[in-house]
Amino acid sequence: MSYYFAIVGTKDNPLFEHEFGTFRQGGDGIARFRDDARHMNQFVVHSSLDMVEELQWTTGQMYLKNIDRFHTSYISAFLTPTNIKFLLLTCPDPTSSTLLPTPVPTPSSTASTASLSRSTTASSITNTTAAAGSGSAYATSYNPTAPATEDAIKNFFMDVFDAFVKTSMSPFYALDRPITSPIFRARVAASAKKYL
Amino acid sequence: MSTPGLRYPSNRKSIYDRHLSRSKGAELSRASFAYLFVEMIGYAQRRVTGIADLEKRLNAQGYPIGLRLLDLLLYRTASSSSSSSSSLSASGPRPTRILPLLQFITTTLWRHLFGRPADALERSAASAQEYMVTDNEPLVNSYVSVPREMSSLNCAAFVAGIIEGVCDGAGFATQEVTAHWAGGQAEGTGGGGEGGAAAENMWPGRTIFLIRFKEEVVEREDMLEKAGR
Repeated sequence: MSYYFAIVGTKDNPLFEHEFGTFRQGGDGIARFRDDARHMNQFVVHSSLDMVEELQWTTGQMYLKNIDRFHTSYISAFLTPTNIKFLLLTCPDPTSSTLLPTPVPTPSSTASTASLSRSTTASSITNTTAAAGSGSAYATSYNPTAPATEDAIKNFFMDVFDAFVKTSMSPFYALDRPITSPIFRARVAASAKKYL
Repeated sequence: MSTPGLRYPSNRKSIYDRHLSRSKGAELSRASFAYLFVEMIGYAQRRVTGIADLEKRLNAQGYPIGLRLLDLLLYRTASSSSSSSSSLSASGPRPTRILPLLQFITTTLWRHLFGRPADALERSAASAQEYMVTDNEPLVNSYVSVPREMSSLNCAAFVAGIIEGVCDGAGFATQEVTAHWAGGQAEGTGGGGEGGAAAENMWPGRTIFLIRFKEEVVEREDMLEKAGR
């Protein structure tokens, strides 16, 4: 299981990023995102900001739980009172290629008889299901809405929020500025080790 | 772990080692605050062009405090609500509507800053965008005596800045938050005969904080109202 954590400011500007792996089930805490898929994390997390904004005014809760899914990646969100977003991407099986967009089979010929187009859609469906199925047993066993998972992520977020409030109390930190403190990063890593 | 560019205090404790709820009930000496506030006014008064400019500067000094207090106070309600459920935590600690936000300001924020809730909260009859918070005798003004030629100056503009910071931080953008003497400007110029109302005679320092939200905030409020949330 690999995680990508990002703090996004009120103007959708990134403030902080951190990647880590699980320590549960004998994990060593190292993120195993593939190099060619790593940049996708930023896109996926960024695209889930729309979901956060949809929920922002409908609930007063800070922890928004699992809000979005992209292939085998799940995104959980947390909103601080000052509307800073904490986003955590959970990828149960980062080594699979499903994080990359599945290549949509292009119709080989431009001849568009009704039967042919139907057969291409059918084949594309089987392709995607096959890709999702290949995501190993990890992906299928991971349940983002299980109470234990939700609580673990909530505790992680609350811990980071604690460190974030301390950061924001500093007179040398202004809202929406990137967080550069190495101690903050260490705190995030410690919370990750403790809860995820 | 010595990191270049980062200096540790001699006891090796950074701000991250301090507990956020420990200073919850701590009170500051009023004399030391009064001294600090005098210096702040003196600082703000340098090179200002007029009273409006001075109030703007006091407002700007309060603004970052509001942003920080919003996070801090809601952090405390959130961390304490797990054991005891407060009225705020019923729908979550973040205020998403104007009324809960203003209630947060007049009760939680006011109690934290001044040790008591604000004296009144009213909605302006003239405009849906305007709300008024009244304080009968603002703590910040208790040792301030405004000179006659600056009679319209209200140093509670500093508190107005704090309110503005809270509103803006919570996503309720304001046009401006200003502090006004309740009796108008009559007191300084002509002996305060126009004030009239009994409350104003009883509380000569009565201050009204006028909060003017931006249009889009009221629009969003209406939309949420219609959606029944």
